[in-house]
Amino acid sequence: MTAPAAAVVLTGIGKRFPGVVANHDVDVSIRPGTVHALIGENGAGKSTLMKILYGVQAPDDGTITVDGETVTFSSPTDAIARGIGMVFQHFMLADNLTVLENVVLGAEKLHGIGGGARREIRAISERFGFGLDPDVLVETLGVAARQRIEILKVLYRGARIIILDEPTAVLVPQEVDALFENLRVLVAAGNSVLFISHKLDEVLAISDDITVMRRGTTVGTADPATATRLQLAELMIGEELPSPETTESTVTDVAQLQLKGVSVFASDGREVLQGIDLTIHRGEVLGIAGVEGNGQAELVEAVMGMRTLSGGTIHLGTEDISGWSNRRVREAGVGYVPEDRHRHGLLLDAPLWENRILGHQTRKPNVRGLFVDRKGARRDTDRIVGSYDVRTPSIDTTARALSGGNQQKLIVGREMSGDPVLLIAAHPTRGVDVGAQAAIWDHVRTARHEGLAVLLISADLDELIGLSDRIEVILRGRLVGEFDPRRVTAQELGSAMTGGGEAA
Amino acid sequence: MIRRGFFSLLPAVVAVVLAMVVTGLVIALTGGSAGQFYSTILSVPIPRVSVTIVNQTAMIAISAFAAAIAFRMNLFNIGVEGQYIAGSCAGAFFAGSGLVAGPAVIPATLVVAVVAGAAWASIGGFLLVGRGVSEVISAIMLNYVALTMAGYLVNRYGVASGYTFTTNPLELNQQPVGFQVVDGPYQVWALAIIAVLVAIGYWVLINHTRFGFDLRASGASSTAAAASGVDAKKMTLIAMALSGGVAGLVWMPAFFGSVHKFGIPENFQSGLGFTGLAVALLGRNRSIGILVGSLLFAFLSAQSNDLQSVGVAPEIISITQGVVVLAVVVAYEIVRRLQIRREQESVARELASARPTAEEASR
Amino acid sequence: MSTTTTTPRSDSRIRTFQHAWLLLALVAVVTVALVRVVTGADQLTATGTLRAMILSACPILLAALGGLWAERAGVVNIGLEGQMLLGTWGAAFLAYHAGPYAGVLGAAAMGLLGALLHAVATVTFGVDHIVSGVAVNIIGLGAIGFLAKAYFNDLEGGGPRNLSGYQTLPRVTVPGVSDGAAWLADRHVFGISDVAALVAAATTGVSLLTVLVVVLVAASAYILWRTPFGLRLRSCGEAPEAAETLGVNVIRYKYVAVLVSGALAGLGGAYLTMVSSSSFTVGQTNGTGYIGLAAMIFGNWRPGGIVTASLMFGYTDGVSLLPSGGIVVHALLLLITLVLAALALWRLRQGNLRSALTIGVIAVAVLVWYLSTDSVPRAFVGMTPYVITLFVLAVASQRLRMPAADGKPYRKGQAG
Repeated sequence: MTAPAAAVVLTGIGKRFPGVVANHDVDVSIRPGTVHALIGENGAGKSTLMKILYGVQAPDDGTITVDGETVTFSSPTDAIARGIGMVFQHFMLADNLTVLENVVLGAEKLHGIGGGARREIRAISERFGFGLDPDVLVETLGVAARQRIEILKVLYRGARIIILDEPTAVLVPQEVDALFENLRVLVAAGNSVLFISHKLDEVLAISDDITVMRRGTTVGTADPATATRLQLAELMIGEELPSPETTESTVTDVAQLQLKGVSVFASDGREVLQGIDLTIHRGEVLGIAGVEGNGQAELVEAVMGMRTLSGGTIHLGTEDISGWSNRRVREAGVGYVPEDRHRHGLLLDAPLWENRILGHQTRKPNVRGLFVDRKGARRDTDRIVGSYDVRTPSIDTTARALSGGNQQKLIVGREMSGDPVLLIAAHPTRGVDVGAQAAIWDHVRTARHEGLAVLLISADLDELIGLSDRIEVILRGRLVGEFDPRRVTAQELGSAMTGGGEAA
Repeated sequence: MIRRGFFSLLPAVVAVVLAMVVTGLVIALTGGSAGQFYSTILSVPIPRVSVTIVNQTAMIAISAFAAAIAFRMNLFNIGVEGQYIAGSCAGAFFAGSGLVAGPAVIPATLVVAVVAGAAWASIGGFLLVGRGVSEVISAIMLNYVALTMAGYLVNRYGVASGYTFTTNPLELNQQPVGFQVVDGPYQVWALAIIAVLVAIGYWVLINHTRFGFDLRASGASSTAAAASGVDAKKMTLIAMALSGGVAGLVWMPAFFGSVHKFGIPENFQSGLGFTGLAVALLGRNRSIGILVGSLLFAFLSAQSNDLQSVGVAPEIISITQGVVVLAVVVAYEIVRRLQIRREQESVARELASARPTAEEASR
Repeated sequence: MSTTTTTPRSDSRIRTFQHAWLLLALVAVVTVALVRVVTGADQLTATGTLRAMILSACPILLAALGGLWAERAGVVNIGLEGQMLLGTWGAAFLAYHAGPYAGVLGAAAMGLLGALLHAVATVTFGVDHIVSGVAVNIIGLGAIGFLAKAYFNDLEGGGPRNLSGYQTLPRVTVPGVSDGAAWLADRHVFGISDVAALVAAATTGVSLLTVLVVVLVAASAYILWRTPFGLRLRSCGEAPEAAETLGVNVIRYKYVAVLVSGALAGLGGAYLTMVSSSSFTVGQTNGTGYIGLAAMIFGNWRPGGIVTASLMFGYTDGVSLLPSGGIVVHALLLLITLVLAALALWRLRQGNLRSALTIGVIAVAVLVWYLSTDSVPRAFVGMTPYVITLFVLAVASQRLRMPAADGKPYRKGQAG
């Protein structure tokens, strides 16, 4: 399989961090003039590997060969000199600088920072159809344009091997198509592309070769012409796909959460939620499907009292909670598993028992009157650690030290405490290992059985279909369709999420 | 637990030793005698100096607690300096006004000082919450305005006292009797007790109340605190006002203990705000740490006065104090990284029975 | 490398930009002249007043420029005050022993030393920039107090806290222009004499160090905005992780920026000991470093802005030392009223009623103050820069644009 003229060969790469092995025995070989996909679950070690290939981090073991020559990179500069360019998932752009300044930065020697550079940028932009004006400030540009700047940056430096880390995560489908068109032109011009993703459809659509990673190592290769989604998924996960399917329905006809005509404006005046109507009953899981950034975050924040409504009402049970503060909403029995647990769910440098109090600092067993009840909080933390299987040496360990899955189990355990009536779970299993994922699904199912209403937001369609009693699709701040998870397919949902045949 | 205590104490000790060594080096390099410096600084203080040390400790500690309240919420209140000028000026004017006669003036003045300090701090709080102005920047401006305003007010509305102006001095029956801890005419100021009360209050408030939890949560992660139901704007305003209120008390022990009137610069001690800030950093915002740190800084300052006699400017001690601050912050950061590493390893051992995970690596 | 540096489009943008500035300058001159005539306070734009402005503005400008360098690379340097203090001592020490030019170098070197401390703490060890800045200021004041006693006490003209009797820098006068402008300034012609007074002040008996300040401002603007080096340095203040992924050695650029910053602040110290006065005293800066910081913020982290702000602050600072200070500042109240009124009207046109009303009320209050008094207490004059900066921050903080990663800790290898 390895052609002698491979553009890049990674052999036996290993990288250890304190307490974890991020990469071990990684072997990848990229043929020139191809798109090579590297796929794997979140946390499979793809990002670490890319940082190694781009010289951001040095490997502990193994060798990197570029165009037949063994190389060592001590910084990105070395990698750039070897013709390797990287487009990070989180764009590496300075908002307050112009496109030109962002592009020429670090490569001023090539064409200066004035007219010569401007001409070169225009030329590249035209050749690949990027449509970028070198003199506008980056802050005025949208996500897709920013990504094209990133690719332009790489091409400007004469890179022939281009790494794209999860490039489609932030794009709408039309932008993905345009990106793929750009990539095809790039490859036709003799460049190689390393495409990192966990979106299997996209991988099958664009790549020439596929390498699969699991738990820090490469576990196999596949030919996109013959491989199926299912085969790839099983390679990625390493076992039968865990099924999140719920069994019999526990839906009652008592409405627990009711939104009527809820609208929300963003700070820039855009209407991010428009006339949302939805009802969740006791014992029901309502899934919200949608491409990220279509109003899911705002919907959650609106219910949680973290955003001011510009219109409509929200009822919890029979009570009108529109305009309530976040704390009051929580006290009324709403649990909240936030999308970004590091930013919104935990105090990373505080011990677990203090994290138990977070979000519940007005309720028993954490407080007694105006005072914190240390004993009560600690005892209850012990309970959560036990019954939710949080793997930790002690409850005095800081949250930061825990793995993502264990952090998430702690959060789920905390939010299920105190008999909530409604649970809002945003991407509850994102970035957690398969074991924790199954455990979290089980807990949601059990609680649902006991009458909990759940608002589930997820980008993982299988999770949505498996857990939900009903799925609503959100698009540009509006609910655009309701589906029965027992009958809907991922393809149908995907189509509704992107607006079907309608132009964006 | 012993290891934990060791880890929290060691950096401070290392920093203090390092700072003393650096100071000695500076003196030696400029042709002075480092030996004389050490023997002067480290000598046993005479009774008069001991009393000074205790009195100064009290004021530095109050200032440090003021800074620590804000620090706990990730606010950098370098405006303590201006706030205690505001508190001292307002308090002294009030006390000298004769509105309240007799000893009752003491609690009333303290209230005025707290309110003035809180009000002055609230300007920065409102600018931060309402207009997004960094509290550090506004504090720099407000410190100068406070200093200038206080000077102006005393010159305009004060009474002449020699070549300078001051507020009306306290009546004799309004001057509390201090604590006689050594023989002679030296007393520990009565209101030095404020430092102890503030220390206890701070410890209870921060570590044992819901409010303290909200405050610390906001400081540790503003986003997580907001998601947990803390109103960030309200917390910021309260924390700034509280910090400023405590700052307003800083100079009160000296005012009631020995100065009895206010005037800039002769009848006032400035600079305590910055000292307090440094001590809060040194003491890691902990009650005991702050008290010990205050004692250390007061000790160094008081002892340094004797350096005159060996031909070294007492200002040298500022170098020691500055280096202590830098070194302690660096040392604690190093220890923090070490501790995270140790904890991650211990978690990894816990998980070793289960399967390995690459989770943290990519996080 | 390239001959054309601008496209037609940005060319025209720059031209309208320049036109706007010219217009603004014209409006300013007319307004000031108007206020002078109405108030009858001819000292408002007298050559002596404007000379005092230049003398006070230069050290502020040097500090502000130092702040600009550091903050453009993402390091907040509130240690400017301490670095400036070190500069005053360095200038006096070397000027006394080796002449005025050595004094200038000595000031820069001492400022650099203070900055090195700040750089090691913030860049290498990741100490909070404010903490380190406060420490540098404490150390700076302590160090010069100590050094003055150790080195100046036994000198002729020296004492434990001061030194005089050293040579200062030569002064230059532009022949012809100086006299002509002075003549014109004395005629009190509306607008023209006001400008002439400024020209006279800027061309008569100007210290070489003042000339150096002008050169440094121009050079800084050019280096930071027109060279690859400057682009890289600014990128460290905007997006250090991005810069790192493109092979920029962020640590090194931050070091260079902070060191330059300290050297400039040190020069500010030299200005105080060798131009503003001819002697050294401990604590001579009296907050100039902080005013410089304020000027940098008020100037929106841009060279043109900080020059304007420094001149404004220098003006109020300068007149407060003049015998006519109270009267001049009193006249300024009218000017402030006019500016506030214009601002209120502008806000009203934007439809921001609340803001317009607030500013309007302040304008009326200032006007009442103006009408009901003849002079402003000196204390108030001294705090003008701080009050103005607070006001600007309160009103326009959303329009200010600090470097995106300013004051944020940076660690290598965290990109991606």
